[in-house]
Amino acid sequence: MAILLLAEHDGVALSEQTARATSAAQKIGGDIHVLVAGGGVSGIAGAAAKLAGVAKVLMADDPSLKNQLSEPLAVLMISLAGNYDTIIAPATATAKSVMPRVAALLDVAQVSEIIEVVSSDTFKRPIYAGNAIQTVQTRDAKRVLTVRAASFPAAEFTNSAPVEIVAAPADPGLSTFVSAALATNIGRPDLTAAKIVVSGGRALGSAEKFKDVILPVAEKLGAAVGASRAAVDSGYAPNDWQVGQTGKIVAPDLYIACGISGAIQHLAGMKDSKIIVAINKDPDAPIFQVADYGLVADLFEVLPEFADALP
Amino acid sequence: MLAIFATSSKSCAKGIERVMKILVPVKRVVDANVKIRVKPDHSGVDLANVKMTMNPFDEISVEEAIRFKEAGKAKEVVVVSIGPGKSEETLRSALAMGADRAILIETEEQLEPLAVAKILKGIASTEKPDLIIVGKQAIDDDCNQTGQMLSALLGWAQATFASKIEVEADRAKITREVDGGLQTVELRLPAVVTSDLRLNEPRYASLPSIMKAKKKPIEKKTSAEFGIDISPRLTILKTEEPESRKAGVRVQSTVELLDKLKSEARVI
Ligand SMILES: Cc1cc2nc3c(=O)[nH]c(=O)nc-3n(C[C@H](O)[C@H](O)[C@H](O)COP(=O)(O)OP(=O)(O)OC[C@H]3O[C@@H](n4cnc5c(N)ncnc54)[C@H](O)[C@@H]3O)c2cc1C
Repeated sequence: MAILLLAEHDGVALSEQTARATSAAQKIGGDIHVLVAGGGVSGIAGAAAKLAGVAKVLMADDPSLKNQLSEPLAVLMISLAGNYDTIIAPATATAKSVMPRVAALLDVAQVSEIIEVVSSDTFKRPIYAGNAIQTVQTRDAKRVLTVRAASFPAAEFTNSAPVEIVAAPADPGLSTFVSAALATNIGRPDLTAAKIVVSGGRALGSAEKFKDVILPVAEKLGAAVGASRAAVDSGYAPNDWQVGQTGKIVAPDLYIACGISGAIQHLAGMKDSKIIVAINKDPDAPIFQVADYGLVADLFEVLPEFADALP
Repeated sequence: MLAIFATSSKSCAKGIERVMKILVPVKRVVDANVKIRVKPDHSGVDLANVKMTMNPFDEISVEEAIRFKEAGKAKEVVVVSIGPGKSEETLRSALAMGADRAILIETEEQLEPLAVAKILKGIASTEKPDLIIVGKQAIDDDCNQTGQMLSALLGWAQATFASKIEVEADRAKITREVDGGLQTVELRLPAVVTSDLRLNEPRYASLPSIMKAKKKPIEKKTSAEFGIDISPRLTILKTEEPESRKAGVRVQSTVELLDKLKSEARVI
């Protein structure tokens, strides 16, 4: 049977994480139908139709879906679920919120954050902040899965699948959107898609210093900016920059950790990066145990030099 | 009780002020600072003699519920744990923080989130809470499912990843940490909210409150009483260590670092 893949988007553009989840879906096998749900999403549906391996795009374009609240989105997905034996989505904030709802309404288990498809019903997933990897097999008739996007390559945009319009069922009206404070990263690549990530920790000491020391390096490298929980909790960086077990999971070509000690919860979010650089004053900081290049130094000296030396 | 609060409240002009009953599920998990080990036969994670605590997100949920009570917005905070007998310790910690009473559903089986959500639904149907605050994920299985499943099974509103909860009459305004920043939604009560790290900083229980907690009631039930199928849907085939990274080299200067990144790693 077929696979229903929930597309991730911000109302403006299709997220790269959808392309990565598509390649996970390809490994499972079966016709892939991508569901684009939102308000005014025809452009996004058009982009999803280009994803390699996609048989068709289902577009649910309705004002009630504009903010992708979980309750109406789950009702929509349940209305479509009968035709599918696998329902899959990248593990984004939206999907993490709606997919367990869908699973519960279908009375099936969810397998969260798969990092490998072993077979159509067997998957690998990290537990304990990535300190162990479990191989699990589902016994349910339908499989509900979220995908750790960083673990899969992005499918290419070489296709032109048909776009079919689906109706949005009535909004259960349980919750309403009030406001959003988004887009702190204008002009910078998305954290989960960036080739280079420069991250700052508690050592930065203030939002001003974070901005003065980390951002110039990120700008010159065309990098996304990340942060440790300590830096976010202290207000040096916004919440959507947090990398880690309970933040974003990244696996860029280059991850530069500045003034971050390397707690297991932080490592959980970045230890699959290709090259890790650690800049830390403390030669015994655990971050050095995973770093390809370690520099024991004061970041306030190193980072300005680093930025100056870059073209 | 309700009448007293309603008349003394500023917002009674908007209708009857709701004095909530809040339910908070808590899970006993490996302490966040422990580096766990996988059993050599790949049958699971070695939990023998490992320090166990309340799941940090549940601690945040308990704290939030108690703050509502202290602010006069909740009349009772009930904590519930589904797990081995030792979960009683976890419940005692929640009682020491300030919860009023506890329910323990004892089971030696490792229940999946769907089974936990079904039992919690059973508890919600007798306790009739106005708000259920669930930790966004347990730091052992990292599933991030229970709150959402519970909300779906109850047919209630949900808001995940809360960093702020405000309650007025029959509505809750929740600020959520989402991928692009923050989103605020309004829920009709009763509702399920899952807590994120920045919702609050949980208190440490004082010695007198730890003593007092010893006398607070813990009601014990079994999963069988709920008459639901809690058998596992997933088979764990094996548990392995992740691929480990080896420490690389130390560089001595910014110049050397740049040089290595350019000519050796070729990433910039
Ligand atoms: C349930 C739970 C979930 C969590 N989730 C996350 C998560 O998702 N992400 C996350 O990051 N953390 C998470 N944490 C927190 C984690 O345990 C650590 O507390 C946090 O990562 C520490 O942040 P840090 O490395 O910035 O701060 P610290 O551990 O305080 O490290 C600061 C480092 O800066 C170095 N330093 C100081 N001054 C300088 C200088 N001038 N130059 C160079 N180096 C300097 C110090 O040597 C030190 O190593 C979680 C914790 C819990 C309990």
